[in-house]
Parts: sequence; C-alpha cells; structure tokens
Amino acid sequence: MNIVVCLKQTFDTEAKITLDAGGKIERKGVSLIMNPYDEFAVEEALRLKEKDGGEVTVISVGESSAQDALRQALAMGADKAILVDPGEAELDEYATATILAKAISGLEYDIILGGFRAIDDGSAQVAGRVAEILNVPVVNVVTKLEVEGGKAVATREIEGGSELVEVALPAVFTAQKGLNEPRYPSMKGIMKAKKKPMQKMTLGDLGLEGQVAAKVKALSYSLPEPRKAGKIIPGEAAEAARELAKLLREEAKVI
Amino acid sequence: MAKGIWVFAEQREGQIKKVTYELLSEGRKIADQLGEELCAVLLGKGVAGLASSLGEYGADKVYVAESDALENYTTDGYTNVVADLVKQYEPGALLLGCTVTGRDLAAQVAQRLETGLMTDCTGMAIEDGQLVFTRPIYAGKAMVKAACPEARPVMATIRPNTFAAVPNAREAEIITVTPNTGDIRQVIKDIVRQISERPELTEADIIVSGGRGMKGPENFKLLEELADVLGAAVGASRAAVDAGWIPHTYQVGQTGKTVSPVLYIACGISGAIQHLAGMSSSKCIVAINKDEEANIFKVADYGIVGDLFEVVPLLTEELKKMLA
Repeated sequence: MNIVVCLKQTFDTEAKITLDAGGKIERKGVSLIMNPYDEFAVEEALRLKEKDGGEVTVISVGESSAQDALRQALAMGADKAILVDPGEAELDEYATATILAKAISGLEYDIILGGFRAIDDGSAQVAGRVAEILNVPVVNVVTKLEVEGGKAVATREIEGGSELVEVALPAVFTAQKGLNEPRYPSMKGIMKAKKKPMQKMTLGDLGLEGQVAAKVKALSYSLPEPRKAGKIIPGEAAEAARELAKLLREEAKVI
Repeated sequence: MAKGIWVFAEQREGQIKKVTYELLSEGRKIADQLGEELCAVLLGKGVAGLASSLGEYGADKVYVAESDALENYTTDGYTNVVADLVKQYEPGALLLGCTVTGRDLAAQVAQRLETGLMTDCTGMAIEDGQLVFTRPIYAGKAMVKAACPEARPVMATIRPNTFAAVPNAREAEIITVTPNTGDIRQVIKDIVRQISERPELTEADIIVSGGRGMKGPENFKLLEELADVLGAAVGASRAAVDAGWIPHTYQVGQTGKTVSPVLYIACGISGAIQHLAGMSSSKCIVAINKDEEANIFKVADYGIVGDLFEVVPLLTEELKKMLA
C-alpha cells in the first residue's frame, strides 16, 4: 500500500494577521505549523501503513520553510518527503493542484490523502483538483476510512448526518476532524527524520517551467473592522434576562 | 462568448436549500447590472416540481436534469452532468452555496473546466466590468478581494446566510435536459441521518451555542430548550467538543463550522480566537458568561455577566412569553 499525503504549511491558528507595506499579508515573524487537517491525513496514512505495510510519501508545494512541516511528518513516521519550490510562479488552487498532480504522477500510489481544507485560505479544493487531473475518484470530509482488497469504504460528513461511500483504489480522500488523533513525533522519530530523504524539486524538474499560471488573481487584502463591544445588561438574572429579550426584539430586531 | 449567471440549485430529498434562493436573489441583481440572464441548474430524481420555485426568486431559466443516478449526490455523477451543461451553454459565471455538497462539486467542476474558483465568499460585486468576490481568509482574520479575469465560467461558492433571499417572481422557462451521468466511481452504501427538528447549523438564522461553562453534556438540554423556543440550531465551542460533551458536527470555529446567523447566543463560551473566527460574521452576538473579563464580551452586542444556569432558563421563559 503506497500512500501519498499532500500537506501544507500554514500560519499558526493563534497568529495575528497584519498587512505589509505592499498591502499583502505580512509573513514575517509569524510562527508556522503543519495545517491541522493535514495532520489527520498524515496520521491516517501511518495507520494504514502500520496495518498493511507500504510506504508513505509526504509532498508539499512551498518555499524552503515548508521543510519543517514535511520534517514533522517524517518524524511522525512518514518515509520520504518531496518539496516542490514554485519559484516565482503565481499560485492559486489550480496552479498548486497542477504542480502536485504532476509530481504525484511520477510516484506509485494506491491512496492520496490531504486535509479537507487548509486553515489559511480555507479553499478546500486542491485535493479534489488533484484527483480530477489524475483521473482518480475523490471522497471529501472523511471521518472514517476502511481499506480492504483494493477498495475503500469512507464515512464522510454530510449536512445533518453522514454517508458511507465505497470507491476502488487508487483514490483521493480528504480528512475531517474526527478521523483520528494525530500522534506527536517521538524523540526517536525526530532523530530518524533527519536522515530520511527530502527531495527538493523545481518546476523545471517537473517540466512545468513557465507552464503554471494562476486563474484567480487576488486584487486586494484588508483587515476586517473589529467588532465593537456592545452593552452589558446590568441587574439581577431575572431582570437582565427580561431586558435582553426586549432589546433583541425592539432594538436589534432579530427575533 | 460566455454569458449568463448560473446558480447550482442544491436540493436534498426534494427540498431546495435556502442558500439557493439567496444566490438567486443576489445573482438577479448582478444579472440585471450586466444585462444578462439568470439561470438555475437543478439535478435530481423527481425534482422537476421544484423548478418553478426557482423562478420565484428570480431565475429566468431553469435547466432540469433528472435521472435515477442523480437521486443522491455523488461527486462524479453531479460533476459529469454540471460540467457537460456548462460546456454546452457556456455561462459566464457559476455560483454554488458553500455547503458540503457545493464545495465538493465546485472543486471538481472547476478543474474539469480548467477555471478558477473562489470559495466561501461573503461578498460579490461588479467592479470595472468584472465579477469580484470577497472572501475571508485566515479564518476571518483578513479578507481578500479576488477575480478570475480570463477563464470562464468564473466560479464561486458563497457562504450561506450571506445574502437575503428575496422573492422576485417571474415565470421561469423550464428546460429539461437529458443528463449523461457517466461513470460514477463513488458508490453510496448508506446514508445515516441524525433526526433533528432543528435547522442545519450553517443555515440557521439563530444559533444557541455552549462552551466550557456548560460543565457537562447533560446541561446542553438548557440550550436545546432555548433553541426550540427560537427555532434555532445548537452549536458548541471546541472546548465543549474536546471534552466529549457534544459531537464535532456541532463545533463552531476555525476547526469546525463557520456560521453567520442573524443572532448568535454564546453561553459559557470564553471567546478564544479560534471560536471567534467561526462566528464573528454573525449579525448580532449575545454573550452570557460569569467571567466579566471573558473575550467574548469584546465582540458581543449584548452581554450578561452572570451564571448561565440561572440566566438561560429565565431567558427561555421570557422569550416563550414574548413569542407566544
């Protein structure tokens, strides 16, 4: 069972977002983590490998700092990592998926995993696009995955419930919270990870030099108006509850 | 020449999702500004009867594709049919609700058509002759305005509750198409529905949410009682979910659902940044918390500093009287 996990390095969830002098998102001084949904994907890959054997390859498109996220996955137990440096290419989800799919097409895989969305741009489309380019089926927002005999049955979250979806492998699955509890890398794992292969590629290596262009263009960034604190309703509980009900109806007009 | 604004009409079990009407209402304004037509595309089995309701919210035309294979949503079945229709009729834009289904379908269709897709948008306007979308990034800590200048159709998924659903009655022309559902690789083995009388969290107008201050799973009953008086959905913070008091499907926040109801009532929720990310686009926020220093009061329109176990039942009683 060969498994490829697509992962992304993102800002820490606690990161404060500011804009730089050029009006773009300031990236300096922000602590970076592996996208939490991708951690579920890495964990699931490791569990499948522990059950059925095989190899887990983690792959990311990003600048050299993304090596840290890949190293973390190696320390958790993945076997090898690939980092594709997009250079100056402008990336959107189309472009990123094009690069990932090209890199993955050179690997052997039964299963491709990724988080169902990244917590930074939250776009939830790269893994699906990769599946479409590679012409393999995708099952999104998976909370349980059972693999047997060249097939997988995935439980996926739908509004107001869940559904069981069966697909033949190879296939792409995207992880939702609840799929598993990701392990922490052990000290031994961290030491071992230093010796595991980290392959660095450029778009030229993939034959994509000058071939990748974003479809979507960001026009401008802004920070939302902070919400203002409203009023604290004074008084005993009964009095305050009565006043709140009245304000919701007469002032806020929301009920 | 790509022309026309299309809206994917999402239905499940013969019910059109509210977000569809919201998209048609706002799509109508955009179509009028551009002087183009607004069309809905409706897939399913036995759904033709729903088509006229799409006209009531502004659709000029409704493309209806019916097939046994489209009874339940499957990624491949719906992608094949929607992508074929778009190739045939070449609309300028295709809008979907940012729901589980909308998100799933949009990514596949966008890649099949090799076009751009902006997801979870909270704003849509025409600027300098092109459709521009606003979307929250970094869980709402920043916003980006983006466009898809060349590839067509421009695709976007829009967060439910972003636009008002406004009736704009017209008699839609119903166009029945014969779908080719193609090879469907996802086989649905079972669908499990949680039976709930309450609205879906992401579509609810009112949400009553509980956090660490709820102290245990049994106390969510208090929130359910308040929710039922208001016809509201129940939500939870990560703290309550991680404590195992309520399933993850109820979680609001950065690693849960993003919601923008008209009214959000936060009970015993401290207001961690991850939680605020998921609900700060709510129109009116109420906080009930005994810690007057709690972060949630910094974003709340109305706050009560007090014991929720005392305040919530009293509020339920007050509202019951008021709404009776």
